[in-house]
Parts: sequence; structure tokens; C-alpha cells
Amino acid sequence: MNDTEKQLLKIIADMDGTPDGAFNIRANGSLAERRVTENVDIKTKTDKPGIDIIIRPGTKGETVHIPVIISETGLNDLVYNDFIIGDGADVTIVAGCGIHNCGGEESGHDGIHTFFVGKNANVKYIEKHYGEGGGGGKKIMNPTTIVNIADGGHMEMETCQIKGIDSTNRVTKAVLSSNASLVIHEKILTHGTQFAKTDFTVDLNGKNSSANVVSRSVAKGDSSQEFISEINGNNLCTGHTECDAIIMDNGRVSAVPSLTANNIDASLIHEAAIGKIAGEQLIKLMTLGLTEKQAEEQIVNGFLK
Amino acid sequence: MLELVNISFSAGGENGEKEIIKDISLSIDDGFTVITGPNGGGKSTLAKIISGINRPTAGKILLDGEDITNLSVTDRAKKGISFAFQQPVRFKGITVHDLISLASGKEISINEACDYLSQVGLCARDYINREVNASLSGGELKRIEIATVLARGTKVSLFDEPEAGIDLWSFNNLINVFEKMRSSLGGSIIIISHQERILNIADRIIVVSDGKIKDDGTRDKILPELLDTAASACRVLTDSIKEAKK
Repeated sequence: MNDTEKQLLKIIADMDGTPDGAFNIRANGSLAERRVTENVDIKTKTDKPGIDIIIRPGTKGETVHIPVIISETGLNDLVYNDFIIGDGADVTIVAGCGIHNCGGEESGHDGIHTFFVGKNANVKYIEKHYGEGGGGGKKIMNPTTIVNIADGGHMEMETCQIKGIDSTNRVTKAVLSSNASLVIHEKILTHGTQFAKTDFTVDLNGKNSSANVVSRSVAKGDSSQEFISEINGNNLCTGHTECDAIIMDNGRVSAVPSLTANNIDASLIHEAAIGKIAGEQLIKLMTLGLTEKQAEEQIVNGFLK
Repeated sequence: MLELVNISFSAGGENGEKEIIKDISLSIDDGFTVITGPNGGGKSTLAKIISGINRPTAGKILLDGEDITNLSVTDRAKKGISFAFQQPVRFKGITVHDLISLASGKEISINEACDYLSQVGLCARDYINREVNASLSGGELKRIEIATVLARGTKVSLFDEPEAGIDLWSFNNLINVFEKMRSSLGGSIIIISHQERILNIADRIIVVSDGKIKDDGTRDKILPELLDTAASACRVLTDSIKEAKK
């Protein structure tokens, strides 16, 4: 692995060398390195590209890293990764994709991730997307995440598109059983002429299930974003979806939250706020000695922190 | 020393241009100065002119003899002017620790940030990692706002109605904060206030009304006059109520 690839791994998965625990590093469309543990097995799929990550029931406190890096121009990588989280497990999964494209052709990664979260299991899923390289070739990422949470299971997703991705179409679909819960925190920064679309659909099918989908985004330059969030309350359940966006320069953001209560005991809320940085926020920080540009950076960095 | 020389300020409204500050000149030395007067008289506008948020339409502002009239808010802050807003600003994602570090001009430790918060009566550890957003009450935000000025430690500290939105317990604490500031912070502490208890700890009181300085002097000279005027106004009001009941 060259220095550029190591640097990508550091940015997207905070990896300095090989991490502790199980991991699977995919580089330029093929397996670069893998380690399994007693409780975490990782198998290459035989029918299509991708891996199965199988976590033994009751596994506690383990972290699994499955980053993807692309440093070749003109490579479009498609993977199907399935995560089978055993009942009662409590694990963290660090994914993420980094593209370094110095060529003139488009490079991209489409990751289709399907989660089967077992009964009373607890999963924290962290995913960072990042692009770099000045060759003119576009960096494209289209992740699809399908989440199935069994009774009493909990999943927390932290997804972050740091910078440099020209186009992304992020689709997330979740189905929750009784007493299951899902928390999603999404952060997106677009600049230049980039485009980002996120599309969440959550079906709260189980009694006492709950979902909280929160997106914070900043659209700079001539970039544009689209946020779609649909929560369907099909039982006694609670759902909340929130889109908070800052627009700068000629940035554009569209937010389309949608709630459907199919049960009298469903309680659903949506919030959406889009606007430029408030003048009073800039002035307050300027009274502390920051320039207008520094104040703007502080506000954006804090917002996406 | 801060000097305002023939300062005027006009702003446009629905009914055309209105002169809010009318040819004010004054010098403010180190010490505790309270600017008071009726609502809409121009007090807050004057404070914003000093901090650079509003630019005067005429006149000059000098700080230690240097003309700062055309300096930006940032440059005035760097020269040593701090401003605590009447309505503190909220930030999503910026924590209390972040804000106090920014005010200090350097990354400060949690213990240092806690010291500033303790001075304004906030149980610091409870607040340090909270975001400066709507989850904090108006009184809490107000005290954090004051803590940012303490953290800056500049030679001119302006507070625009620090008592607004603060409960009685916090207000008592606020008086203690200002009394401590007088000894620890030094420089010019300028407070826009209507509160008698804040007027009571002033070295100097300036009364601004209808965009002009109506009175200016020591606390011992001005405060009795103000209280007398207020008492007279109350008597007039009481008499008119009694008359109306007859």
C-alpha cells in the first residue's frame, strides 16, 4: 500500500497501520488485507463481489474496520456487503470510502450494505466518504444501506461526507421490529459543482419502535443537495426526522420530509431549517477578534462537528 | 481612554431616515460607567457604534488617541474592545468551551474555561461541553455571554443590558461579577442598564435620551436626580389613577 492509500485510510477510518480486531481492506476493487477474530468472521462472497461479516451472538466491545480505497482513475467498484449481527452483540463497525483520482476518468464506489441486527443487539456504524485528486476525473459514491433490526435491537449510524465527492446518491432503508430503535446522524459538505442526494425510508413496524433521523449539511459554491426522509409509523412508535442546512454562495438545498402514520398510536415529527449563516453569528465571533472568513469557518466546522 | 467626538448616527426606516444619535461627544476613562436613559433613546446604538457594529454617519472615535472610526468589528476587537450582546447569539455545534476558547484567543483548558464560567455563577462542568444553542435558557446564555467578555480581558468592555432576561438569583450574582470585574479586569467597563442596583455600583452615570447626552456625572450626583425623577413620575401616575377613579 502506497503513502496515498495509507493517507486515505487515515482520513476515512482513522487507521494508522492495521487496526486492532477484525478488518477487511478493499483497495482498487480487490481484497488488500483481512483479519478475522474468534467472534468476527469475514467471508468473500462467491456469487457477487463483496463480503459477509458475521458477528457471533453475545460479542461485546469489538470493532470491525471495513474501509474501501480507490486510487486508480476509471475504476467503478461495486460491492455487496452483508452484516449479520448475532443476538445480544454490541459492536462498532467502521466503514468508509476514500477516492484519490488524479486521472481524467471517473472513479466511483457503489456499496450495497445490508444489516441484519439480531435481537437485543447494539450496533454503532461509522461511515466517512472522502475524495481528492486534481486530475479532472469525477469521484462518485452511491451507497445503499438496508437495515433490518430485530426485536429490542438498536443501531446508530454516523455518516459523513467530508469533502471532494462530486456526486453522491445515498439511499437508506430501514425496517424495525418491536422495541427496536434506530438513530442516524448524517453530515454532508458539498462545494464547487457537487451534488448530494440522501433518501431515507424508515418503516416502524414493531410496537414501541423508534427512529431519529438527523441531517446537518452545508452547501457551498454552486453545489446542490437534496434531502428526502420518509418515516412510516405502522404501530405504536415514535419517529423524528430533522434536516438542518446552511447554504453559502450559490448553494442550493431541498428538503422533503415525509411522515405517514398508519396507526393511531404512531407519533411522528419532522423539522427542516435551511438558511444562510445568521449575520448576528458572524458579528458575535467578529467581536471576539475573528475575521469574517474565520468566523464563517468556525460556524461551519462547529455545525458539522 | 475612549473618546467619541461629535458622533451622529442615522438609520433608514419606513418613515424615512431617522437621526438616532445626535452629535454626541464624550470621553470615557478607566472605571465603571453606566449609560442609562429611556427606551429608544440611543443607548444600545451608541454601544454598537463603539464596538463597530454600527458605523457613525458623522464624527470620530478615538481609542488611546488612535482614530478607530473606520476600523472593522474585528479590528476593534483586536484593539481591545469587547461587547456583550443584549440578546446572546446561539450556535449549533459550537460548545461553551469552544466559545470561551475563541474569546480567549487561544485554545484553553477545560479548567481555565471553567474558571470563567464559575465567575458568572455557572456550575462549570455541567456546561462546558454543551452547545451554545436553544437548549440553554436565556439566563444561562446571558451569563455565558458575559463569561466571553471576562475571557477576553480587554481594556474596553461593553455590556448591553446584562440584566435583561436574568432571574433574581442570577441578578444578585451579576452584581457581584461586576464588582469583581472592577478590581480584576480594570480598563473601562461600560454598561447599558436601567437597573438601580447596577447604577448603584457605577463610578459615573451618563444619561442618554433622544440621541443626546442629557446628564453626565458621578453616581452621587446623577443617581439621586434619576431616582427623584422616577419618584415624581410615579406620583403623577398615582394621582392620575386616583383622579380617574373619582
